[in-house]
Amino acid sequence: MDINRRKFFGVLGTAGLASTLSGSPVGAWESKAKSDAYGCLVDLTRCTGCRKCEEACNEVNGLPEPEADFEDATVFEQQRRPGGRAYTVVNRYFSGQREDGEPVPTFVKTQCMHCQDPACVSACMTGAMYKAENGAVVYDVSKCVGCRYCMVACPFEIPGYEYDSALNPRVMKCQFCFDRVSREGKLPACAGACPVEAITFGRRKDLLGLAKERKAEDPGRYVDHIYGEHEAGGTNWIYISGVSFSKLGFPSVPERPMPRATESIQHSLFNYMWSPIVLFAILGGLMYMNKQKNKESADSQHQRPRRET
Amino acid sequence: MSHSFQPVAKKFWTPGVLVLVVFMLAGLVAIIARLAGGLGYVTNLDQTHPWGLWISIDVVTGVALAAGGFTTSALAHVFGRRFYDSITRPALLTAALGYTFVAVGLFFDIGRSWAFWKPLVYHNASSALFEVAMCVFSYLIVLYIEFIPVICERFKDRFPILGSLYNQMDRILWVFIILGVVLSCMHQSSLGTLMVIAPTKVHPLWYTSFLPLFFLLSAIMVGYPMVVFESGLSRKSLKLKPETHVLAPLVRITTFVLGLYLVLKLTDMFARGTTEYLFAGSAQSNAFLLEMVLGVIAPFVLLLFDRVRRSPRWLFIASTMIVAGVVINRVNVFLVAYAPQTSQQAYWPAVGEFALTAGLTATLIFLYRLAVTYLPVMPMEKEASV
Repeated sequence: MDINRRKFFGVLGTAGLASTLSGSPVGAWESKAKSDAYGCLVDLTRCTGCRKCEEACNEVNGLPEPEADFEDATVFEQQRRPGGRAYTVVNRYFSGQREDGEPVPTFVKTQCMHCQDPACVSACMTGAMYKAENGAVVYDVSKCVGCRYCMVACPFEIPGYEYDSALNPRVMKCQFCFDRVSREGKLPACAGACPVEAITFGRRKDLLGLAKERKAEDPGRYVDHIYGEHEAGGTNWIYISGVSFSKLGFPSVPERPMPRATESIQHSLFNYMWSPIVLFAILGGLMYMNKQKNKESADSQHQRPRRET
Repeated sequence: MSHSFQPVAKKFWTPGVLVLVVFMLAGLVAIIARLAGGLGYVTNLDQTHPWGLWISIDVVTGVALAAGGFTTSALAHVFGRRFYDSITRPALLTAALGYTFVAVGLFFDIGRSWAFWKPLVYHNASSALFEVAMCVFSYLIVLYIEFIPVICERFKDRFPILGSLYNQMDRILWVFIILGVVLSCMHQSSLGTLMVIAPTKVHPLWYTSFLPLFFLLSAIMVGYPMVVFESGLSRKSLKLKPETHVLAPLVRITTFVLGLYLVLKLTDMFARGTTEYLFAGSAQSNAFLLEMVLGVIAPFVLLLFDRVRRSPRWLFIASTMIVAGVVINRVNVFLVAYAPQTSQQAYWPAVGEFALTAGLTATLIFLYRLAVTYLPVMPMEKEASV
């Protein structure tokens, strides 16, 4: 009977091991990045912190009135994050000093990065969060149950939630003005509103080229890092900056696509439900064998009386 | 010594039960507040902390502590160790009630409670949470089916049809017994997979792609101690004799799994080089030490002693430590270890969150007591064998 126990844990151990081993190497996992996705390039050296993008976003998406006016510069005194009431926010960082001692600000616009392989899409139980053909990560409230696993999964910590709604709360995040871009052929509201062309809309491929071009033309102006080129497997929104991104509140995110580990585990274990079926068969076999054995020993007079009722 | 399952013919309304009712009423108030005012009204959840006490205790810990169900049924039915038959029914009852309240807890935690059925229609096979949801849902049905014979046994004299159902069930029950074990292995491990998608948020002391293996192993590890813990509490409260003769050999199996878990945990820690965080003195480091020392190392050492295993009191203490260790582990992985980079304030549960969790737990104990009072669940010793 000890053998059975050992076998039992052997089976479980093998299943667990298989699940996790397959998680680390690349395996059969394939990126679902769209080949010709749209994106935006944000040039932080150009942004003046006017918050016209915030205002346009608020208006186009019918978001709640902000607590302070969009002209009000005092909002910069605190760090803000996108969340239940805003899809995008601009923050101010004092990253250096001029010669006369005046601090030099860098303004940073934050919104959904529209990952090529989004963690939120992989995490969502129902497919309420999905990747549109044009590269936008879009939210379909009609499928959402409100589990908030997308918020747990997002490495850029973007999706917000309407905690104040009792019956109909939604996940709140930038959807790349999906309807405006794909159906009306317009620019995303924020990119269209920017008076200093800090936000450039285009195909991701072209934007990467543009970013490299600007860096090559004026190497002293930029740090040697395009945020979003590789982060989380690459994002459709990318940033260039004159100041290290770690000083500007950008989360540090590994270069591997976030869904790769979990999807490798899930798919290698549960494709065609092979592991549950195998486990079921093994346990069924064991159960049958042990039933026979118990019957035999009950029949045999040499055995101790069974402890069954 | 032989046993049969019998209703416990004892008074139901004791002072302890009245205390439970008080907690249940507090939980009811929290539920009303949740439904009327929304999550923001009763919880301290915020934009960087989407999961709080309800997910980590009611759901994740609840599933782990209900593992007594599948581990005892695997032992007694699949591996044919009929000696352990007597503990299967209380464990089955705990699992059935436990998973019911996992579902209830989840129902109030999701923002759109009325849309709880949507994963049945819209599927995303890549999502570990989708798999957990499907398994928990199916396993809940399996547990109810496994419980049907108990109901039949109780009422077959009054309703003869239940007697024939009982005999029919006996022939197909094996399918559900195995299915229960398979579904449990699937979702117990996948609960660990949930956090693998968030490497930037989960503290390195816990973050490993082996999380699913650790969750599965620790569920198996806590199954029998949970049976001991419950048997100790319920038999004391119902003034029945302790079942040490069954529980002591049961916990020997646990000692083996506990040792394996400890070795793998240490291996994983050294392989990832996270020992530097052990004595960093942060809340996370201390929580990790508490989890490992109180919940794994101490009970493992204790259980190596024959005297501990033979003493009902010490057996209970060691088992309680293992149960506590798994509770701390789940809370650690889902709350303590969870530190988003942009978070501006730490999360601490609100009164309403505590009230709902306490209320659901009290209701579970209340129903357990009700069931053992009126249904043949508790094993009673018989003088002569049948």
